[in-house]
Amino acid sequence: MTEATNNEQLFEYVVRIADNALVTGQRLGEWVGHGPELEEDLALANFALDYIGQARALYTYAGEIEGAGRSEDDLAFLRDSHEFRNVLLVEQPNGDFAQTIARQFLFEAYYLRLLDALASSNDERLAAIAARAVKEIRYHLRHTRQWVIRLGDGTGESQRRMQDAIDRLWQYTGEMCTADDIDSWAAESGIGPVPESLRDDWNAFVDDALSEATLARPGNEWMASGGKEGRHTEHHGYLLAEMQFLQRAYPNSTW
Amino acid sequence: MDRKHWPLFEVFIRSRAGLSHRHVGSLHAADADMALDHARDLYTRRSEGVSIWVIDSKSIVASDPDDNPELFEPAEDKIYRHPTFYEVPDGVENL
Repeated sequence: MTEATNNEQLFEYVVRIADNALVTGQRLGEWVGHGPELEEDLALANFALDYIGQARALYTYAGEIEGAGRSEDDLAFLRDSHEFRNVLLVEQPNGDFAQTIARQFLFEAYYLRLLDALASSNDERLAAIAARAVKEIRYHLRHTRQWVIRLGDGTGESQRRMQDAIDRLWQYTGEMCTADDIDSWAAESGIGPVPESLRDDWNAFVDDALSEATLARPGNEWMASGGKEGRHTEHHGYLLAEMQFLQRAYPNSTW
Repeated sequence: MDRKHWPLFEVFIRSRAGLSHRHVGSLHAADADMALDHARDLYTRRSEGVSIWVIDSKSIVASDPDDNPELFEPAEDKIYRHPTFYEVPDGVENL
């Protein structure tokens, strides 16, 4: 395999991790000023900044791999929806607080395992970024797991909303641990894990929390996919429109 | 239980090993475990601490300011209780 092909695949692999981080960060940022309590508002804002920090490091690296002079900002603000490679789960709207918590919980249960594996990647730069991020996400997941349990095992109303959120988002959870060509290339090259190898652990972790929260694991096995190929749900375009507006309307503006 | 507002917790942070926990403020949280999370986010984001205590504010018993005359004033004229009659040796920093 030539180095050029390798670079294309590595670029693609790093960008999809970065896109997950950026889209999640943007979604969490939407909570600023709207959190259910001041304390939780600040927690979500902290999480958003952690994600954006991770996205910046990853985009900067991706830009260097590509070698075409694209900066982190170019990758974040000047690509269209079909060029984004984030999984469908993270672009889902915030909804009520339970939906945000469910989305974060289901995603981070995967993301933490991915980062753990990436921390021992052959690719030293990716390993260093993952090793730093893993501590941040371990805390996020601890927090979101606590909320799943409190809302699930809370009042009738909170349980109904939490169950509804899990049911609604369940169809977007299959994509994360399903390999495509890029994932398989990364696994063969020792750069990333085989996605399916994370699935048992993800299932065990999620089941454990759901049962402690007195919530039912959804029965549907049909899973949506397409995020990794750039086929997104309708929500993605609206998210980008808000996030990219300034750079699109006033190119290269800074402040 | 009042479902409108989260209960109040007092937060104590130990800034480094060897020092004692100091009261830094208070916050609202759904319960004690969540209070610990919020305290981490609110009070240690600039590396202020290595350990956090939280306690339900209503568990704290406070003295009544009206009782100050009998509680604190009797100590004021007992100067022999203060260690002011010793020479502090050179090199002692934390006295």
